[in-house]
Amino acid sequence: MSAETAQNARGSGGASLFSDQRFRSLFFQALVIGLLGAFLVFIVYNTAHNIEKRGIQTGFAFLDAAAGYDIAISPFMEYTATHTHGRVFLVGLFNTLLVSFLGIIAATFLGVFLGVLRLSPNWLVSRIVYCYVEFTRNVPLLLQILLWYAIFLALPSVKQSITMFNDIIILNKRGLVLPEPLPGDGFMLVPIALVVAIVASIFFARWAKKTQAATGKIYPVFMTNTAMIIGLPLLAFAVTGFPLDFAYAELKGFNFKGGVVIKPEFTALWFALSLYTAAFISETVRAGIQSVSHGQTEASEALGLRPSWTMRLIILPQALRVIIPPMTSQYLNLTKNSSLAVAIGYPDIVQSFGGVTLNQTGQAIEVIFITMLVYLTISLLISAFMNWYNNRVSLVER
Amino acid sequence: MSNASTNTSKKTDEVAIQLNGVHKWYGQFHVLKDINLNVQRGERIVICGPSGSGKSTLIRCINRLEEHQQGDIIVDNIELTGNLKNIDAIRREVGMCFQHFNLFPHLSVLENCTLAPIWVRKMPKKEAEEIAMHYLERVKIPDQASKFPGQLSGGQQQRVAIARSLCMNPRIMLFDEPTSALDPEMIAEVLDTMIELAETGMTMLCVTHEMGFARKVADRVIFMDGGEIIEQNEPEEFFNNPQSERTQKFLSQILAH
Repeated sequence: MSAETAQNARGSGGASLFSDQRFRSLFFQALVIGLLGAFLVFIVYNTAHNIEKRGIQTGFAFLDAAAGYDIAISPFMEYTATHTHGRVFLVGLFNTLLVSFLGIIAATFLGVFLGVLRLSPNWLVSRIVYCYVEFTRNVPLLLQILLWYAIFLALPSVKQSITMFNDIIILNKRGLVLPEPLPGDGFMLVPIALVVAIVASIFFARWAKKTQAATGKIYPVFMTNTAMIIGLPLLAFAVTGFPLDFAYAELKGFNFKGGVVIKPEFTALWFALSLYTAAFISETVRAGIQSVSHGQTEASEALGLRPSWTMRLIILPQALRVIIPPMTSQYLNLTKNSSLAVAIGYPDIVQSFGGVTLNQTGQAIEVIFITMLVYLTISLLISAFMNWYNNRVSLVER
Repeated sequence: MSNASTNTSKKTDEVAIQLNGVHKWYGQFHVLKDINLNVQRGERIVICGPSGSGKSTLIRCINRLEEHQQGDIIVDNIELTGNLKNIDAIRREVGMCFQHFNLFPHLSVLENCTLAPIWVRKMPKKEAEEIAMHYLERVKIPDQASKFPGQLSGGQQQRVAIARSLCMNPRIMLFDEPTSALDPEMIAEVLDTMIELAETGMTMLCVTHEMGFARKVADRVIFMDGGEIIEQNEPEEFFNNPQSERTQKFLSQILAH
């Protein structure tokens, strides 16, 4: 080594700015941001240029234009071909919310049930659940949706419909036809009674907790509240003289008229989403329960607590903190997976707004942007709720 | 913890626990072989023996954390069978402390102590909290009441576990190696608590290797090996004049250090 380089290595004077740690890190950060900015400018310019060259319309005016196509399923609002694309957006949004919401509820109940069964000491029960879980979560969801759709389409034709309970319930390849409820005078009292019962049961639960703290007496809160929530609306229904009529469907020509039709597209998607997600949830629940050490059960039982109390007061509160985060992911997955509706023509937001409307208007950027925003909003709302719940059940340590 | 007071036995003639010809198997493995044991009320018993000798299994049978397959176990005049009512009744009278404490990590120290009185004894919360504070004072950690188990040292956790059991006002206490998971300086604080408890006349069965504790407190020391009770005697006799060869070998190993 020469004397000159040795002097450089000691860093006396001749060191370049580039060997300065802070300068170097700033330089690379600036470089990355610069490249990213240039790339964005290029994309925006390129898009704008091409849109102009091909004469594609921009802006959100298309939302007020007539859609001009039919949507088979719109349970929450009236929709005909003369309605606007903005209306299509709403119909699609509600259909997405409907199947996601019902899917989350069904998947949660089924998943928790299966997760508990999987831990059953009964060999046969636990094996059956094991097989179900391994099959369901290892077959692609799209195939399962197609399978359920195929099964519902394989039902008999309208003329050979399966009828149950004296033609009240009708099942054929076009869907499940149920009588349409026609509420009469005074029926409003029933939902009012339900709300009253729910409010009352919240108060009863609080009162029971306070009374237990004060006197030690334990009330059967769950049983009482269940009885109240079911009983009060029934009572209101009876007192008002059963003010509910049904419009039964009748075969007219080639199809049934009247009644409520639940379409096979909805049922297939709902079944597939719920069954698929339930398999994942059951594994989450099983892992959560198993993560609580057996010593907790022993300590609780040694203190004289019954198994049901041990589950409720000791195991579940500890299992929940393990279960909630992956459960949130499953809810988000289910919601996003509902966009596979497009494969069987269930008019969710992707199939209707993101599909047909996009094709008709050609305004891909706006439509895709809005659709992505919808999923982002739904997902963030679910996350926010689950994070709030997770904070409530999390553990204090140190 | 003066010797004079601890050596006076609180033993009475009343029988607290009775085991007649108890056998237990884990699959093919014969863990307990023909165990016969009578424990008087107020008696303090230390059970020792090499690991795998069945001593933990024996005391876990007494509150039915383990099921015995043959013989009778009678606790407080209640026979332990598959009858859930009997099991509930026995568990209400028998407290237990574990090697790994098994405190409930999601509940505060105070809630750990009040949980069973509130749900099993159906006690008003305030009363349960007063009792809990009383026992937390007795184990000398009332100032930790609002903390969570994860915030305490091992010795403190075990003392909370003792207080938690005492809140149920048990007539019999079982200890399953209560100091085995603790650092040496924490063993002393837990043993002191147990010695104080012994002085109140509590019926105690302790599985432990703390021979100093056995000498000071026990009315009787039981040596188990291979699922059998090999030898039992008063501590003085047991340590100074062990009869069987296996006891002699075990004692020489454990007292050598």
